[in-house]
Parts: sequence; C-alpha cells; structure tokens
Amino acid sequence: MRWRETRARAADAAPGAGRRRDGRRWYAGRLRAYAVAVRRRLHEGDLGPVPPLLALAVTWIVFQSLNDNFLSPRNLSVLSVDIVGTGMIAVGIVFVLLIGEIDLSVGSLAGLAGAVFAALNVNLGMPEWLAVIIAVNCGAAAGAIHGFFFAKIGVPSFVVTLAGLLAWNGLMLYLLGPESSINFSEDELVTTLTSRYFSAAVAIYGLAALGTAAYLFVSYHDRRRRGAAGMPYRPVREIWARTALVAVVAFATVYVLGRFEGLPLALLIFLGVIIASDLFLRRTPYGRQVLALGGGVEAARRAGVDVARVRISVFLGSGTLAAVGGLFVASRLTSATQVPGSGMLLINAIAAAVIGGTSLFGGRGSTWSALLGVLIIQSIASGMALLGVEPAVQFMITGGVLLTAVVFDTLARRAAESGGRS
Amino acid sequence: MPVQPLLVLRGVSKRFAAVQALVDVELEIRAGEVVALMGDNAAGKSTLVKVISGVGPADRGVIEWQGSAVQIKRPQDAQVLGIATVYQDLAMCGNLDVVGNLFLGREIHRLGILDEVEMERRTRELLHTLSIRIPDVRVPLATLSGGQRQVVAITRSFLSAPRLLLLDEPTASLGIEQTSQLLDLIEQLRDQGAGVLLISHNMGDIKAVADRVAVLRLGRNNGVFDVNTTAQEQIISSITGAADNAAGHRPTRPEEAWP
Repeated sequence: MRWRETRARAADAAPGAGRRRDGRRWYAGRLRAYAVAVRRRLHEGDLGPVPPLLALAVTWIVFQSLNDNFLSPRNLSVLSVDIVGTGMIAVGIVFVLLIGEIDLSVGSLAGLAGAVFAALNVNLGMPEWLAVIIAVNCGAAAGAIHGFFFAKIGVPSFVVTLAGLLAWNGLMLYLLGPESSINFSEDELVTTLTSRYFSAAVAIYGLAALGTAAYLFVSYHDRRRRGAAGMPYRPVREIWARTALVAVVAFATVYVLGRFEGLPLALLIFLGVIIASDLFLRRTPYGRQVLALGGGVEAARRAGVDVARVRISVFLGSGTLAAVGGLFVASRLTSATQVPGSGMLLINAIAAAVIGGTSLFGGRGSTWSALLGVLIIQSIASGMALLGVEPAVQFMITGGVLLTAVVFDTLARRAAESGGRS
Repeated sequence: MPVQPLLVLRGVSKRFAAVQALVDVELEIRAGEVVALMGDNAAGKSTLVKVISGVGPADRGVIEWQGSAVQIKRPQDAQVLGIATVYQDLAMCGNLDVVGNLFLGREIHRLGILDEVEMERRTRELLHTLSIRIPDVRVPLATLSGGQRQVVAITRSFLSAPRLLLLDEPTASLGIEQTSQLLDLIEQLRDQGAGVLLISHNMGDIKAVADRVAVLRLGRNNGVFDVNTTAQEQIISSITGAADNAAGHRPTRPEEAWP
C-alpha cells in the first residue's frame, strides 16, 4: 500500500492533486510538474532529440519551399534508401562515441567489406551468403583488432583506428585490383538489399499497426508493473498521446513511401537495427556498462565492470556495423568501388551521430540519433542535388550544421557540469 | 576456540614507481567492530583501502578472510567476499541516474533484460530504510549536489548488506545532521555483526563510533589504540610522528585535529 503514501505525499505538496475526481486541479498539478521537469532539463542542457528534430523540420521546410519535388514520394523514397548505408555505420559510431572514443576506420572497413564480398563472390564464385558472412566477419575481426590495441595495449583509439583507416583501405585497393571496381550481377541477394520494396497495402499498413500496438503494449505493461510495485507511473493520457505520435509517424511513412514503390527492405532492416540496438543499450546489463564507461571509466572499473571487454566489444560492433553498412553502399552502387574508402562516408557517419544528438564527450546519446543525423545530412545532399547546387556548397553547409551540432553538444555539457549543485 | 577475525592483513606493501606507499602494514578487523584508520596526508590510508577493495592490489603481503588466505586482485573479488567500499572520490557515473549507479556492476535482470522496476523499487526501499531523502531517483547523478552524491555513494555500499564496509572519509561533504545519521548507520551495521573500516580526520566522529584506532604514518603501522582508554593526545602524536621519533616531528595543530 506504499503507493497510497506516495499519492498522499503528492497531495500534500499540491492540494487536491492526488484526487482524481478533482480533474482540473489534478491536471494543473501534472502540468506544473511537467513544466518543472522541462525547465530542469533545459537548465541541464539535456534536450534529447528536440534540436535534431527541429533541424530536420527546418531543412525539409526550406527545401520544399525552394523545390516542390523535395517532399514528393519519389524523392523521399530514394532518400529513405540512400540513408541506410551511412546510417548503419553511424549506429556503430554512436556506441564508440558513448564510451568516449572515436573510430576513424569505419569508412575503410565499409569499403573493405564490399571488396571482400565482390572478390569472393564475383571473382572466385563463392556462394553469395557465404561471401556476405565472411565480409561481415572481416569487419568484426578488424574492429576487434582495433579494440585489442586500444583496450589491452593502451594505444589511443584515435591512432589505432587511423592506422586501420590506412591499412584496410590498402587491403581494399589490393582486392579490387587494377580496375579498381568490381560490378555485381543484378537480382541477387546483395543487390536486392536496396532494390526490394514491399508494396502490398495489407502488409505495410499491418506492419505500421503492429509497431504501434507493440509500443502501446510495452507502455501499458510498464505502467502496470510500476503501479503494482507502488512506484510513480505515466498517466494513461500521456501513454495514448505518445502512442498517437508513434502511429502518425508510422502511418505517414508507410503512406508516403507506399505511393511510390513501397516500403524499402533496406529501410526496414535499418529501423530493425536501430530498435534492437536501442533496446540493447537501454535495457541490457551490457548496454548499461557501455553508458557507464562514458560516464567514468574508473567508476565503472571499481564497480566491477570488465572495462577491457566492453571496450573491445564496442569496437567489434563498430567494425561489424561498418561492414554491414559497406554492403548496403555496395548494393546501392551494384559494385564494389573505392568510393566508400574515400573519406566522405567516414565523415558523414561521424557527423550523423553527432548531428543526431550523441555527445562527443561520451556517456550521452541514443542510437536513434544515427537515424535523425543521417536523415538531416542526406536531406541536405538530396535538396542541393534537386536545386542543382554544386557539391562544394553542400560540403560547406553540412560542415556548418556539424559545427552547430558540436557547439550545442559542448554548451549542453557545460550546462550539465554547472547544473550539478556541488 | 576464539572467533577468527573477519579480515587480517599481514606484511602488505605497495610501491608506486619511486614512492613506497605501504611498508609491511598489518591490520586486523573483527566482525562487529569499527576500526578507525587515521594518519596524516599521504600516510597511505586510501592506498590501503584500495588494496582491500581490489582496485589497487598489493605488491606483497597476505590477506586473510575469516582465517583463510584470499587473493583480492580485482574489485569483483572483494565484492564476492562481501566487501563494500565508499571511495574518497566517490567513483560514480555522472551520466547514470541514482538507480543506475546503485546497481552498476550488479544489475538485476530477467532473461538478460534489465529489470528497471525492481531496481527502482529496491532503491526506494533502501533509501526509505536508511531514512535518506533524494528528490528523484531518476535524475542523472551529475545534477545532484556534492552532499547528495556522497549520500548516494554511501547508500550504494549498503545495497548488498556488506560483511565489511570500507569508508574513505565519508563525512567530507556531509552536513551535521547527515553525519550523525551516517554514524547511526555505521553502528547499526556493526550491531548486525559486520566489520567497518572508517577513515576520518575527525576525532569527534571516531570517538563516537570506533572501537579501535589504527594509525598509519608514512606508509607504516604506527600503533593501534583502544579509543576508550587512550588519550587523544597520544593518538594525535602517533599520527604526527611525535611519538615515533623526533626527526619526524611536526607541530600538532589541535585546531585542525579537533574541528
């Protein structure tokens, strides 16, 4: 019956707030509590996904007002597939940034994965599935090597992965041979990754409904458990409001993409990876340890966290996701080329994680920032292309957005530090 | 047959590069006893705590736990024995919330999924039992005040019902009321049969809860005293070295020793 006490105490603080019958006052109390929470978060510089969402909204409004085709189903459909390669890599980068490190090798590893796949499948005639597994494992192994030198030997991650950037790029060039590119055949596993669309209305709307229902179920389940344990829980109205938001985003996405070719397989896989890695990060002991490392390595070590193991596994994951991203990039180009190793992929992946709201200083961020960040970057690229602006200008604008994001991050960190009333 | 002491250190030595931090240190802590560890700055107090907690293992020496020799090479080893520690620098993660910090390294999970509800419930329960007020257990630790963080660190050490509690200057940033509350908690823990090692510069606190005082000086034992039968002057002179040799003598500063 402890929850009754909690309620009674809340009622003391704001007269009438605990009594449901006194609806208006109760909601006024809720609203006031909400305002206090928002002000506290502002003060601490913790705005969550609001800045990147605003940036995305501004980007879309500006480009739509300059060119009517920007928000067309066709352009958005292309955009939704274009983001996947870079986005996958950015998810791995989020994990690396969360432990307060950096991985500069991901662009080269993406290129290497494409080259390994092409060399094994096209040149040597190995079955596709086996070539894919080996290519992804190459990324994992390379990441584990970086992690080993960083965690066990103590070489700064910046230098280890810089060496990796050069070395794996060299291996990629060697595998690609003198022609420096290997073309894939159409209609095979890797090429379908980015060319397969689901257009059956029942399936795609059903998927959106299923996703919304799952969100609602998890929210209610959590509320019931917290209630049963006598702890404060989300009010029903908030759950429904959040679910409505999820439903709007899900159904709008399905509707718009359905009007062109359908829901891209690549986007579905990307969303699956983001949701899975987000749950992994927030809901598993391992994810908690990753966050702890970003908050204080010594504190984590003294609490009994195996620091070296977590560090190696994070770099292993980063290498794996880089390889997966590399296969998506290769699939989009239907060839393994030098393009992924050129440096732009690396820069965009890191920029996406940071623009999306993951802190460069470690310990603060979410895998959803990979999606938001890569959407912003790719939207700018796509809008510029529609307007016929040269890439030179595009680089400058993306650079400006990145700088703004880092300034936000730094100010937020300073606010968080001064927010502690020590 | 006499009951075996909870923890015995024999000939513990530790060196940091050119500095010999601990030299052949002996220490004994019995169950149901509060031992105060005193010493001037750089006497090796925190180093000794880190030896016992597995954060900085000793180079030489024997650690006996309830009569049998044990190896404490990692923090996990100490946790398994039931040793909990509040470090001087607290060692907590500013980005995690109170619940996350309390359960760091010993998360409760069901089928590999964190059981946040259960962890939060136990956190609230523990805070309630210890009569500790934290406004919100779901805010990042970095947003709490220094005193609140200290309280959270102390709460964490009580989470696993420790057999031996190591406290490295736990009252440093606590107010008067919180300090007396902590001393009450220490007494409760002792009455339940746990051992406590308390590092403090505050003679008043030590007089209040400790049974014995072990003094370290320049990394060596410099006497063990019964708090109830030893004059404060004798303990102070042992800390400053006046009772040891004339060459190591430093002027006593009673106004600092007795706040």
